[in-house]
Amino acid sequence: MKNFQQEEQEVLQKESGIFTASLQRRSFLQYAGAGAAGIALIAAGCKKDNQSSDDGVNLGSGDIGILNYAYALEQLEAAFYAAVIQTPYANIPANELALLTDIRDHELAHREFFKKALGTNAIPGLEVNFSGINFTQRDSVLATAKAFEDLGVAAYNGAGRLIKSADYLVLAGKIVSVEARHAALIRDLISNGTFADSTVIDANGLDLAYTPSKVLSMAQAFVKTKINGSNLPS
Amino acid sequence: MNILNILEEIEKVDGEVYERLSPRRAAMKQFYNMGSKVAVAAVPLALGSMFKKAYGQTTSGVIDVLNFALTLEYLEYYFYQQGAATAGLIPVGTPAVAAINTIRDHELAHVNLLKSAITASGGTPVSFTAANFDYTAKNNFPTVFTNYQTFLAVAQAFEDTGVRAYKGQAPALMSSPSVLQTALQIHSVEARHASHIRQMRKTLAGGGQTNMKPWITGANDSGIGAAVDAVYKGEDNVTQAGINIPSLGVSTNAATESFDEFLVKADVLAIASLFIKS
Repeated sequence: MKNFQQEEQEVLQKESGIFTASLQRRSFLQYAGAGAAGIALIAAGCKKDNQSSDDGVNLGSGDIGILNYAYALEQLEAAFYAAVIQTPYANIPANELALLTDIRDHELAHREFFKKALGTNAIPGLEVNFSGINFTQRDSVLATAKAFEDLGVAAYNGAGRLIKSADYLVLAGKIVSVEARHAALIRDLISNGTFADSTVIDANGLDLAYTPSKVLSMAQAFVKTKINGSNLPS
Repeated sequence: MNILNILEEIEKVDGEVYERLSPRRAAMKQFYNMGSKVAVAAVPLALGSMFKKAYGQTTSGVIDVLNFALTLEYLEYYFYQQGAATAGLIPVGTPAVAAINTIRDHELAHVNLLKSAITASGGTPVSFTAANFDYTAKNNFPTVFTNYQTFLAVAQAFEDTGVRAYKGQAPALMSSPSVLQTALQIHSVEARHASHIRQMRKTLAGGGQTNMKPWITGANDSGIGAAVDAVYKGEDNVTQAGINIPSLGVSTNAATESFDEFLVKADVLAIASLFIKS
């Protein structure tokens, strides 16, 4: 008779994606062991690890992949608001500076939360491309903020059904409503009363929900590092 | 008899069975431990219980959640409908008129969407009329339709509660991915409403809540007092998935603001029942 504990370990390893393309370093090391054969395997495995390569940063698969997907988006938002606060646009009113500083802190908390929660499974830091944003102009900054926040809401709304763990689903839910609060505020700063207008809310009263592939193709314009979401659940 | 063979067979059909089981690793472990001890006759029963855990709720469970959501949407819709129809309540000629109408229309759209979803799933939608609700909450808010500040305060409580209610039900909808997504798409709309109502309260002519933010800071930042403590219970949480958020480099306030907390159904119903005539 098989040892059930041992079986469980095997199941859990399988679960954590060891047989998928996006090999996670820690479980890989555990699996490969420390022998010479192990070293060869590690060398082969690292090419498909979530490090930079020709195929870009691979987000991975399963729930880890979705968490890395969220981590990538939070990295983008956090970097944007950090830049906004570092050099605020001309004649920024105190009220707007305070609100945007709050948002910067929220996105920083989200980014660092995912980084810590993912641990060794986390993708590396992404290099952003904000060349199209004029940080000295209110219009440019707020238009970008609106795009990021609406996209973030649509991304979490579309990813919920792909999450297998109830705990992660609730965590995503805890974050998406904060992103929606941001989105509404930014929209109201641009034009009061547009917090939930018909460009984002349909006739059934539903917000946007985008697939990861759609979101990544939209987000890529702001990220130099190529993000590879090909192993994400769909 | 080998249970693991059975799991492997299932995996061929449902490649995600292990992932479905993953949040219930403890259950899995328990099961394995039990498997080596209990009599063979008890195994099918244990297996059924494990799969129930893995695959979650039945359709009737999903319909229950939808009816729960429909109750809240009726509560919100008739509130805004009555507020918008009350002469002199919402300041004429201000952006507030359009904002309240927008929110009212969304709540009505949610009511209609949920009704048809429940019917399509073979369920019976709950039914409410304006006469079923007491928006003074048994005289807790006697001026709800005569004082604009009170009206907005109650609106904020409804929106923040709605966000927490949908969030809390998400796991119960995992067995129906499209229903889950629809619920999430309503959830973020309620959060947009909450954000705007909070801004309206902040900038209210003649005495706004000047410290009010679009996001929730700590436990009960409403400025309404203990009457809505239940709405904000636990919003001061700073630990997510075992990670202390302030330790990541943000203030305690920012830590509470950056994650909205959920409410379980019983807590939401306790809040809603204050407004439902018995």
